[in-house]
Amino acid sequence: MTRHDKAFVRDAIVPERAPPVTESGVWKWMRENLFSSWFNAIVTALSIYVIYSVVTGFAPWFTNSVWQAGSLSQCREILDGARGACFAVITERWNQLMFGFYPRALYWRPTLTAALFLVAIAPILFTGLPRRMLWFSAVYPFLAYFLLWGGSIWIPVTAAAGFVFAALAFVILRRLLPLVAPVGAVLVALIWWLTLAAPVAEDLSWIAPVELQFVRSDRFGGFLLSLVLGLTAISISLPMGILLALGRQSDLLIVRMSCIVFIEFIRGVPLITLLFTASLLLNYFLPPGTSFDLILRVIIMVTFFAAAYIAEVVRGGLASLPRGQYEAADALGLTYWQAQRKIIMPQALKVSIPGIVNTFIGLFKDTTLVVFIGLLDPVGLSNSIRSDTAWTGIYWELFVFIGAFFFVFCFGISRYSMYLERKLTRGHN
Amino acid sequence: MSPPSPGPPQERFRLSMLIYDQRYRSLTIQIVFMMLLMGFAAWLVDNVITNLRAQGQDFSYRFLWQRAGYDINQTLVAYDSNMTHARAMFVGLLNTLLVAVLGCVLATVAGVIVGVLRLSTNWLVSQIMAVYVEIFRNIPTLLWIIIFYTLVTIDAPAPRDFAGDVPLAAAWFGGAVVITNRGVYIPEPLFANSLGSVSLGLFDVSLDFAALVVVIIASLYANKKLLDRASARQATTGIRPVTWWKSMLILFLPVILALLALGFHTENAELAGFNFQGGVHLRSSLVALWFGLGIYTSAFVAEIVRAGILAVSKGQTEAAASLGMRPTLTMRLVVLPQALRVIVPPLISQYLNLTKNTSLGLAVGYMDLRSTLGGITINQTGRALEGMLLMMLIYLLISLTISSLMNVYNSRIKLKER
Repeated sequence: MTRHDKAFVRDAIVPERAPPVTESGVWKWMRENLFSSWFNAIVTALSIYVIYSVVTGFAPWFTNSVWQAGSLSQCREILDGARGACFAVITERWNQLMFGFYPRALYWRPTLTAALFLVAIAPILFTGLPRRMLWFSAVYPFLAYFLLWGGSIWIPVTAAAGFVFAALAFVILRRLLPLVAPVGAVLVALIWWLTLAAPVAEDLSWIAPVELQFVRSDRFGGFLLSLVLGLTAISISLPMGILLALGRQSDLLIVRMSCIVFIEFIRGVPLITLLFTASLLLNYFLPPGTSFDLILRVIIMVTFFAAAYIAEVVRGGLASLPRGQYEAADALGLTYWQAQRKIIMPQALKVSIPGIVNTFIGLFKDTTLVVFIGLLDPVGLSNSIRSDTAWTGIYWELFVFIGAFFFVFCFGISRYSMYLERKLTRGHN
Repeated sequence: MSPPSPGPPQERFRLSMLIYDQRYRSLTIQIVFMMLLMGFAAWLVDNVITNLRAQGQDFSYRFLWQRAGYDINQTLVAYDSNMTHARAMFVGLLNTLLVAVLGCVLATVAGVIVGVLRLSTNWLVSQIMAVYVEIFRNIPTLLWIIIFYTLVTIDAPAPRDFAGDVPLAAAWFGGAVVITNRGVYIPEPLFANSLGSVSLGLFDVSLDFAALVVVIIASLYANKKLLDRASARQATTGIRPVTWWKSMLILFLPVILALLALGFHTENAELAGFNFQGGVHLRSSLVALWFGLGIYTSAFVAEIVRAGILAVSKGQTEAAASLGMRPTLTMRLVVLPQALRVIVPPLISQYLNLTKNTSLGLAVGYMDLRSTLGGITINQTGRALEGMLLMMLIYLLISLTISSLMNVYNSRIKLKER
């Protein structure tokens, strides 16, 4: 026990007290974020007024909305003069907006394709899932084609076989003539597709006729069409864009020049002119008498378009790598492709993720442009729905619905890209 | 002096070296690639020739000098249906450029405001701006154009609603801006003592506007001289002379005098009969395309501006403050130059996108390049191949011009490192 010569010395710690009301919790937050100065207080009041007027302006339209009616005039009868949306058009035309003019009895096929798509895309998006699922992702494109278009199962199977043969040829040739292995693999695949695939598929479907009812491309429409166009173009344009970016950085003069011309040409013209080229001009460039599916042509053009943009994004990523990375790869004795695969691309692609995702989002939104060449995407369908006398004069309900669909997809993709960026951040550059 | 040492042993060239020797391999690859490419190009050209011959057509641009025979509803320069297809193409090109410039201005103004407000310390404001950005950039621009078109055609009042004792609709800003379902009317600038106009071959130039531009450029130049002299004075004596009132005088007085001398006044649109007369008539298609593209792009511009400002590290502002700079000076001399370096390149590529997207005017019937040359002219003459190629070439030229300007700018502002 020590003796104190002072009047008072505290010998116990004062218990913690809660901070004042204005310095904690919601009050502190509001004071700092909403009313930090008189000017901020005015701005907050104005903002609240804006939000209030927007909400009260639009709320009745949504709360009074009619979901079950046969026509716009019926809707108006139900509303009886009140302001309200007539979302009955969505419920009545739901199938059309989703599938276009796809045969009604076969709706299970696109639905199943969409469900399987989620399974196929999951291991690509989330690395935590078992790697074995990637095999399904590899098979999925052929399965999706078979389910959506139908016809004989042997057509996608023989198409897939081309890739298998190419892989086999590559493995075998690598032992014998390592340098010509890639060329040999490509040649094998090309020969298979151009000469043997079609007759083999025919014979096989004669021996074992497994087939679904064939659906013509012009029956595709609505969001089904948007998704088919968007997803196909996205998945093909990424590898193509990477190759173009590498070609543009290449030391080989002719390869570099052709890549530059291709990229700059595609980026310099509006997508709509490329789509018109696909629908009007392609017949000029093909041998007389040939013609192929309009949707396929559109997919090719949209893919080219996206690939050129992705090439520029990836080029930015490549340029951001320090030279030391390339030199280190050379010093280790890696070949060009080994260096790209193990050192350059993992870093360059990580840097370019935001740009690539933005390109994908833009591409998906641009699928609406196919309305100009007569394909019935959601925007095109909204016109054709309006031309029905029952729904003449219905605008905003369709716009809100279509807009919400695109918003959900594009917003979702951009959130995923943020997640990916966070996950790949290493704490240093 | 020792004899020069012999070089590396000379290998004789073998055919296998074309594949196995690094030096020759790239040559081999290029030659093979070149042959494939040329083969492909030859195949395409051959197909085109065969197809054209089968249809009894040739490849020629003579149709450009034939009579167009169709009307264009929005013309910035003199045009009537008796003029040539080339003239129609030119009118369309001007319309494309008009909406592109208007859209870029709107996108920049709205985008900068939203981008700056997005960084506001006021939580509510920054959230509202975040909602603005997400809504406008995640919905296709085509849909926005159609939405704005519906707003100014279906949902806007008819001209007759403005008439009567109790009008159903009223003009904005004291009668200056009239929004009707037949278009938007804004005041028309007029000159009482007009200098007339002079023809430059392709189009006429109003001498009034030319005179104004000359006056403005001259006063900007004089102001720059004044500021330069003030800076020189500051460098020698350490005291900066007061210039703000001189600047104001130099910048504004000549323009005001010129406007007075020309007798400048504006004329509002007035309801006459069933429609509005006078004023400048902006067609619904132009307004819809302008706002659809401008507002859509402004969301992207906002994100670019925000990223640019955030890219300037806080240390820069603090360093400027510790040097004793005032906030305005810090902004002008330290933050903005660094932020602009990040902002301008993506901004220009947004301008490029906007310019290319003007071709979506098709959705609202805007008579741009695509609709004149790439639409009616092709349909009338049947020259789809020539017309499309020419149109692509023009768009390509516009894009390449803008992007080469951007490259010049980039190389000028690039950080000068070792």
